[in-house]
Amino acid sequence: MPQSPAGTLTSQQKTSSRRPAGTLYRGREGMWSWVLHRITGVAIFFFLLVHILDTALVRVSPEAYNAVIAQYQTPLMGLGEVALVGAIVFHAFNGLRIILIDFWNAKYQKVMFYVVLGLWVVTMLAFVPRHLINVFSH
Amino acid sequence: MATTLEAPRSPYTRSTRKNGVNWEKWGWLYMRVSGVLLVVLIFGHLFVNLMVGEGVSALNFAFVSGKLADPFWQVWDVAMLWLALIHGGNGMRTLVNDYATAPLTRGILKSAILAAVVVLIVLGTLVVFTFDPCPAGANLADLNPQFCSAL
Repeated sequence: MPQSPAGTLTSQQKTSSRRPAGTLYRGREGMWSWVLHRITGVAIFFFLLVHILDTALVRVSPEAYNAVIAQYQTPLMGLGEVALVGAIVFHAFNGLRIILIDFWNAKYQKVMFYVVLGLWVVTMLAFVPRHLINVFSH
Repeated sequence: MATTLEAPRSPYTRSTRKNGVNWEKWGWLYMRVSGVLLVVLIFGHLFVNLMVGEGVSALNFAFVSGKLADPFWQVWDVAMLWLALIHGGNGMRTLVNDYATAPLTRGILKSAILAAVVVLIVLGTLVVFTFDPCPAGANLADLNPQFCSAL
């Protein structure tokens, strides 16, 4: 949250790159992490709306809830859950990266983006095989 | 006609209102605080529902009965509901502010986001706290025998 007028941003004028000074959100890792954060955020928001409505069916009847939850157990939706968890895991780890940029140190933002991608791969390796076995063995 | 150009990339100045609450600052802080809590709550939610036992294949009314009968999971789920919907709604508000330019479109979209968030928070909270694991007239096979053995 810059409060100072444009003329006094001395620390940001020291950049030697050809990119515009003053933001890490334009170009390369800083930008693509931001783009992915927005796309995954929107996807998760719309899933959240549907997920609250389907869970609310426990208040209608056990039959209604079981009928809808059975749709989540089909192979197609099983693959959709891989995408959903992938979006959530990226948004979670990149969100922690944003917090570290804002409250700790922005100069490690690039390496932290690759840490996010690495943690994402590790988490998905732990989740996807187990989940797909659960989906396709029933 | 004389026109003055602002210095490029200068921070925009907010309106004249002084000493008011800086809602954008608190919204910015809320995204970070709720984000940390949501990482814990949602990772826990995903682990218990998708990783433990047979994962998504084991989900049904009886499974939910077992969780929502426990005050621990009631508090967990309601905290997740409120934190996630407000976090998501505020994120969507940010996108509308960035991409919707016409005042009418912005108003309609932000009203729709607010309405969705309020309705789903009320609905979800009522569902968690009024849940009945043994509703009358239900098929016995669908229920959790741990709670409904007397039926």
